[in-house]
Amino acid sequence: MRLRVLLAAVAAVALSAAAADAQSSGPVKIGVLNDMSSLYADIGGKGSVIAAQMAADDAGKVLGQKVQVVSADHQNKPDVGSAIARKWYDEEGVDVITDVPTSSVALAVNEVAREKHKIALIVGAATSDLTGPKCSPYTAHWVYDTYALAHVTGSAVVKSGGKTWYFITADYAFGHALERDTAAVVEAAGGKVVGNVNVPLNTPDFSSYLLQAQASKANIIGLANAGGDTINSIKQGAEFGIVQGGQKFAALLVFISDVHSLGLKTAQGLQLASPFYWDLNDQTRAFSKRFAAKAGHPPTFDQAGVYSAVAHYLKAVKAIGTKDPDKVMAEMRKLPINDFMTKNGKLRADGRVIRPMYLFEVKKPSESKGPWDYYKLIETVPGDQAFRPIDKGGCPLVAKKG
Amino acid sequence: MLDWLPHIAIHIPPTQALFGQLLIGLINGAFYAMLSLGLAVIFGMLNIINFAHGAQYMMGAFCAWLALNYLGIGYWPALIVAPLVVAAVSVVLERLFLRHVYRLDHLYGLLLTFGLALIIEGVLRNYYGSSGMPYTIPDQLTGARNLGFMFLPNYRAWVIVASLAVCFGTWFLIERTRLGSYLRAATENPTLVQAFGINVPRMVMLTYAFGAALAALAGVMAAPIYQVSPLMGSDIIVVVFAVVVIGGMGSILGAIVSGFVLGVVEGLTKVFYPEASNTVIFVVMAIVLLVKPAGLFGRTA
Repeated sequence: MRLRVLLAAVAAVALSAAAADAQSSGPVKIGVLNDMSSLYADIGGKGSVIAAQMAADDAGKVLGQKVQVVSADHQNKPDVGSAIARKWYDEEGVDVITDVPTSSVALAVNEVAREKHKIALIVGAATSDLTGPKCSPYTAHWVYDTYALAHVTGSAVVKSGGKTWYFITADYAFGHALERDTAAVVEAAGGKVVGNVNVPLNTPDFSSYLLQAQASKANIIGLANAGGDTINSIKQGAEFGIVQGGQKFAALLVFISDVHSLGLKTAQGLQLASPFYWDLNDQTRAFSKRFAAKAGHPPTFDQAGVYSAVAHYLKAVKAIGTKDPDKVMAEMRKLPINDFMTKNGKLRADGRVIRPMYLFEVKKPSESKGPWDYYKLIETVPGDQAFRPIDKGGCPLVAKKG
Repeated sequence: MLDWLPHIAIHIPPTQALFGQLLIGLINGAFYAMLSLGLAVIFGMLNIINFAHGAQYMMGAFCAWLALNYLGIGYWPALIVAPLVVAAVSVVLERLFLRHVYRLDHLYGLLLTFGLALIIEGVLRNYYGSSGMPYTIPDQLTGARNLGFMFLPNYRAWVIVASLAVCFGTWFLIERTRLGSYLRAATENPTLVQAFGINVPRMVMLTYAFGAALAALAGVMAAPIYQVSPLMGSDIIVVVFAVVVIGGMGSILGAIVSGFVLGVVEGLTKVFYPEASNTVIFVVMAIVLLVKPAGLFGRTA
């Protein structure tokens, strides 16, 4: 009799386990995919993994299990990135891929996510095409894009007298997108783009391109590049007397790790747009202190953004009790985004997260009170002004509804 | 979407500006020449394909940076100190690891040095990140001179002069002095040379150290121009290998000449078709190998 009860109980448990659908049986698994070893490694890299782990730890148990975080190096190569994305989604039960700097890789992962109906929360990449022609119901673009950079930094520079521009552009998706968006801002404000040069990604020596920029006699040399490329352009620009010659740099994408590498003496006066700075207010300071205890330095806005994205995703999963991508994306759009760096942020239908952008200026060495005390706030641009209006991007998802 | 295109006017530089680009090409060529010199010496004398060369270049720059920030040793003393330190480290590497692969196929030396390079770079990247650290140009060399067609930074002028001196000095040492003749003889017939009473293993070790010191010297000179970063070696080493192959693997003169020439070729490509500037040297290498497999100045093995 007891044996039969026992067998019946075992059978009942086995049946219910089989009835549970495969998706919600494993733990929630977050995949952090970024550049761990090359020119963008300090922007995201290991720091993004730490941020994702912090968000997972803070969320506690989701769907009854601890959240797992895995990571991989995409080496800035779209083929490597999409191969890892496929393997993660298909074989390793990864539910959401996040970070993905390097716009060409992000565009590739975006397509993989769309094909497999899995979620991609893009934080590191910049191209505004992710919420434009390439928008996807499964992709969210979390903290910034080339349009916002162009409108916040670009407009500020044009307003302060930068009428003629020459671009030094990283020759891939990101550089072209940033140049295109900034050129549009410059032209709309009555300025003129006098030339550009396309430079291969990860170039150590910009002397030749800086000479061409000098020869163009443009007021402003727009740097449509990032990370190691931006650092080298500015450093070598100082050597060639760009500023003494009367031209100014407009570094369109700068992370705090870049300023740290250049040093305040070289970087002072640079204006940059960023959705986050560790010393902005009490909440950012509190988060950054926790992050710095694990990473040894305050977070870049990419790393902070990874925390924000993962935290919001986990909040949505907890709220509806399932990992189903369609349902989770709908819930993520429904819930306002609230964390240390976002107040009532909104995830739009085209995948764009709307949040305010801040215009900072790099302090002079005399103004800085210590390491990482680099920025002073110049202006806050509300989200609806910083980011492209939903109907202007050419996103097919919006057109259908409109 | 492409309506911004007509507003961008593309300028072909006037002849004057072209001179500026040629000069920049020469400066880059100076680095290529110094680095490929070290590689050619090591391959010519030791028959080792030294993939750790980029890491030794990077270690030179790191030594200079560490010396400045922790010991207060400036640029000029670092030009001597850093190569010595890197040479010492390389002697240890040679004794422990390379010694065992001399008589084996070239591939073993390549793999061993490549592995060593990966370890060194990985460890440094773990502690120092990838963005790099600033190293200031020494006071005596700051500023730039207006040459009319361009502003030439004084430091870059120094780089050309110094590297020409180093290249000439090394060529002279190896091709025209007695020590050089011992080295060259030891490569061709080590047993016979040893029978004459010359300590061949020690010579081999010192040659490797010398090649590494050349790389480290290039690294110290590069530190003020490029950021001191654990990645700086791997960025440049592949190009330097192409340069050495074009010049001829064992030829000192070939390495120097092709270094400068290819620097200029790359510089011109940056003006006319910048998108190809990363690949033009490899295109040249492919053409040279098709026409003259031993390289422009190389002797057939």
